[in-house]
Amino acid sequence: MSIAPTVAPGEIELAALSEETERPWITLVWNDPVNLMSYVTYVFMTYFHYDRAKAELLMLDVHEKGRAVVSSGSREEMERDVTAMHGYGLWATMQKDS
Amino acid sequence: MAKTYGFAKGRRGAVSINLDEPERELLRSLARQIEEFVAPDPLDPDADPLAALVGIDETAEVPDDPALARLFPDAFIDDDEASADFRRFTERSLREAKVAHAQVVIAALERGASDIPKDQVGAWLGFLNDTRLTLGSRLDMTEDSHDALASLPEDDPRAGLFHVYDWLTYLQDTLVRLVMPR
Repeated sequence: MSIAPTVAPGEIELAALSEETERPWITLVWNDPVNLMSYVTYVFMTYFHYDRAKAELLMLDVHEKGRAVVSSGSREEMERDVTAMHGYGLWATMQKDS
Repeated sequence: MAKTYGFAKGRRGAVSINLDEPERELLRSLARQIEEFVAPDPLDPDADPLAALVGIDETAEVPDDPALARLFPDAFIDDDEASADFRRFTERSLREAKVAHAQVVIAALERGASDIPKDQVGAWLGFLNDTRLTLGSRLDMTEDSHDALASLPEDDPRAGLFHVYDWLTYLQDTLVRLVMPR
C-alpha cells in the first residue's frame, strides 16, 4: 500500500499559497511624539496578545529605531491589523515584505 | 490611606475615578469636542445604499486638518491609490468607533459615575489618546519640544493647551498602568 498522497486538484492553489507566504505582508508601527511607551506596550499586549517582554521590545524598537514590524501575514490580515492600530491611535502602515 | 490621584484600582477589575468636579467638567467638555471633531460626514443621500450600509465611502481623501490626518493616517507609505482604497473601506467605521469612545466617557461623567467598568476602560484609553493626539498636533509637538512647551509664558495661547495635554498624559499613563495585562 502506498502512503504517498494522490495528486489533489488543489495542488496548483497550494503552490500559489506557498509563493504568497515567501513574501508576506507586514504591518509597521512608526514612532510619534505623543503616544506613551506604556500605552504602546499595552496595545501590543492587548491586541496581538504578545507577552510583556515581546511587547516592550517592539515598543522600544518603535521608540529608538523609529519603527518596528509588529505583525506579518496575508494582505487581508495586515489590513485588519493596520485598521486596529489606527483605532488605537497608533501610526501604522502595511507593505509587502522585502 | 490617600487615594491615587486621577484613577485607582476599583473592585472587580473596575477603575475608580478620583477627580474633582472642575476636572470632570473639563474632561466632559473635551469629550464633547472630540465627539464632534472626529464624527464622519453625513452619508451622501445619492450614495450606493448597500455600500453605505457597510460603511464604505465612494470617495475618501486625506483630511486637510493635520490632527485628523494623524488620527486617520494613510495605510501605505508610497501607494496613494491603495491608501485611498483603504480609507474608503475603513475611515468611516474608525471615526464611528472614536465617536463611540467619546460617548462612553461623556455618559459616565454625565451620570456622575465613580468608576469605569472593566469593559469600558478601552474606550477611556482611546478617548484620552485621541485627545492627546489632537492637542499634540495643535501644539506641533515633536520629540524635543516638551521642555519648550512647558516653559511657555502664561499669556501664550499654547500654554493652556499644553497644560491640558500634560494633565491628560498623566491620566492616560495612570490608567494604562492600572490595566496593563500581567
